[in-house]
Amino acid sequence: MLERLDQVFVLFKDWLVAFLPASWQGVVGVIICVVAIIAVYPTLFALAVLMERKGLGRMQNRYGPNRVGPFGILQPVADGIKSLTKEDIVPLRADAVVHFLAPVVLVVAVFMGFAVLPMGRNMVLVDLDTSLLFFFAMMASTELSVFMAGWSSRNKYSLLGAMRAVAQMISYEVPLLLSSIVIVMMTGSLSLVRVVEAQNHFTGILPNWYVFTPWGFAGFIVFVIASTAETNRSPFDLPEGESEIIAGYFTEYSGFKFALFFLGEYVEMFAVAGLGTTLFLGGWAGPISFLSWVPSWIWFFAKVELWICFFIWIRGTLPRLRQDQLMNFAWKFVLPFTLFNLVVAAVWRFMGEGWLRWLVCWALVVGVYALAGRSGMRREKIGTRIYRYAD
Amino acid sequence: MSFAFWVVAALTVAGGLAAVLLKNLVHCALALTIAFAGLALLFLQLDAQFAGFAQILVYIGAVAILIVFAVLLTRSSETPAQGGIFSHTWLAGLVVAAGLFAVLAWAVIESAGGLPHESSAPAVTVMQIGNALMGRYVLPLEILALLLTAALIGAAIVAMHEKEGTK
Amino acid sequence: MNPLAGYLLVAALLFAIGLAGALTRRNAILVLIGIELMLNAANLNLIAFWRYGPHPEFLTGMMFAIFSIGVAAAEAAVGLGLIIQIHRLAQTTDLDKINRMKG
Repeated sequence: MLERLDQVFVLFKDWLVAFLPASWQGVVGVIICVVAIIAVYPTLFALAVLMERKGLGRMQNRYGPNRVGPFGILQPVADGIKSLTKEDIVPLRADAVVHFLAPVVLVVAVFMGFAVLPMGRNMVLVDLDTSLLFFFAMMASTELSVFMAGWSSRNKYSLLGAMRAVAQMISYEVPLLLSSIVIVMMTGSLSLVRVVEAQNHFTGILPNWYVFTPWGFAGFIVFVIASTAETNRSPFDLPEGESEIIAGYFTEYSGFKFALFFLGEYVEMFAVAGLGTTLFLGGWAGPISFLSWVPSWIWFFAKVELWICFFIWIRGTLPRLRQDQLMNFAWKFVLPFTLFNLVVAAVWRFMGEGWLRWLVCWALVVGVYALAGRSGMRREKIGTRIYRYAD
Repeated sequence: MSFAFWVVAALTVAGGLAAVLLKNLVHCALALTIAFAGLALLFLQLDAQFAGFAQILVYIGAVAILIVFAVLLTRSSETPAQGGIFSHTWLAGLVVAAGLFAVLAWAVIESAGGLPHESSAPAVTVMQIGNALMGRYVLPLEILALLLTAALIGAAIVAMHEKEGTK
Repeated sequence: MNPLAGYLLVAALLFAIGLAGALTRRNAILVLIGIELMLNAANLNLIAFWRYGPHPEFLTGMMFAIFSIGVAAAEAAVGLGLIIQIHRLAQTTDLDKINRMKG
C-alpha cells in the first residue's frame, strides 16, 4: 500500500492515459505531467510569498499581513487580483517589443528547468543523459531576460540595476557550476536520476547523502551562496534593492508583467532549491533508513521547502552586500575555494576506504578555507576615522 | 525533411538576417540570440545533445551577454550613425557574400546524389564523450585550456584602464 | 531532399549572411556578430557531417564542434576587449573612420 502511495501520481497519470488509443498515450502523458508542473509550482510560489512576508515580519518583530483571511492566509489571492487588475503602463520611449518579451523569456526559461528534476521515484519528466547541463543552460538564459528588462525601459536606474544584476549572475555562475562538477565527478554521470540513485543507500542508519562528505559539504556551502546570488536574493539583492535603486530593472514594470517577474524570480528559487536537494541532499531519498516508508515526493518537497525557509531566514538576517564586496567575494574567495574542492574530491576518490580519508579530506577543506579566507579577503587598512561636525 | 526542421531553419536564418540588417545594435544582438537558439535546436535534431546544450550555455549565456555589454560600454546603441549604417563599400561585400553562397550551394546540390541518406541515430552517451576527451582528444583539450587562460588574461589586460603615468 | 543537403544549405546560407554582415556594416561590433554567425554555421556543418557520416562513434565531428565553441567564446572576449579599448582611444567604433595606423 505504501508503494502505491509513493507512486500515486504516476499511477494516476497511467490511469488517465489508459482511456486513449495507444498512439496518443505518450504525448498526452507528457502533457499531463507538464500541466501538473505548471499547476504545482505557482501554487507553491503563492505559499512561499505568504511565508516570506509573515516570516520576515516575525523576524522584524511585527505581524506580517493578517487582514485578508484568518492569519492572512488569503493574502496571495489578494495580491494576484491586484496585479491582474492594475493598469499596464509602458513608458513612451521604451522599446515595446523587448519590454514585453523580457518577463516571458524569464518565465519560460525558468519553467524549462523543472523538466529534468526528479521529484520522486520515477517522477522525472525527461530522463536526459545530460540533464544537469540542460538545467544550467536554462539558468544561463535567464540572465538575458534581466538585461532585456533593464535596457528596454530606457531608464538609467533600470539599466544600472540590470548591468549590476548580470555582472553578479555571471560571476556566481562559475562557482555554481564548479560545485556541481564535484558531484558529477563522484557519481560518474550528468544525469540527475543517477545522482539521486547513488545517494539512496544507507550506511547503518545514516544516509549516503553527498552533503555529509567533506567535499560535498564544501560544495553545498558554495552552492547555497552561489544560488542565493544567482536568484538575486538578499544579501545579494543590490540590483533590486528597494532602498538603493528604486526597484532596479523592475522599475518600469507594473501590473501583470511585474507579477510575471515576481513569479519568475520565486520559481527560479524553487528550481535551484530543487537542484540543490537533488545534488547534495539526496533528492527524494529519506534521511534515516527506518523512515523509508514515507513517500519519496514528500521528502523532496519537504527539503525544497526547507531551502526556501533558509532563503527567507537569510533575507531577514543579513545586511545587503555592496557591489564591489560581492564581486570580490565571488572571484577572490569562492572561486579558488571551489577549485581546491575539486582537488579534495580527487584525493577522496583515490585514497582507499576508511577513516584516514575522512580525516585528511576534512583537514584539507578546513585548511583551504582558512588559507583562501586569509589571502583572498584581506581587508584594506582603514586608519582611525576623524569626524568633523558642522557648527 | 520534417516540418520541424524547416520551421527551425527558417527561424535561424531570419535571426541571422535580422542580426546583420537592423539599425539598433541591441536589437541586432537579440536577433543573434534567436539565431543561436535556432542553431541549438538544429543540433538537438541532429542528436548532438551535448553540443546543443553547450551551445545554449556558452553562446546565449555568455557570448550574447558579452556583445550587449560591449554595445553598452561603447555607447553604440544611442547615436544614429552619420552616413547610414552600411559602409561605403557595401556593394563589394554583398557581391562577395552572394558569390560565396552560390558556389557553396552549387557544390551541395551537385553532390546531393552521392550524399548518405537517413542513417540511424548514433547513441552517444556523455561517458563516451568524457572518455574521448580524456583519451583521444586530450591534447586539444589541454591546448584549449591554455588558450582560454591566455584569452582571459589577455582580454582583462587589453580592456583595462591604463594607469595615468604611462600615457 | 536529402536531409544532409538541407542542413548544409542552411549552414551555407548562414555563413553567407554572416560574411555579408562582416563586410558591409560600419560598426566594429557588427563585424564581430558576423564572425560569430560564420563560426556557428561552420559548427552546424561539422555536426551535420558527424551525424550522417560514416563513423559517428568516433565522435570527431562533435568534438571539433565543442572545441570550436570554446575557441569562438575566447575570441569573442578578446575581440570585444579590443573594440572597447579602441573606442576609448578613438571615441568611435565606426570602421570607416578608423583608417589611420597612428594612435
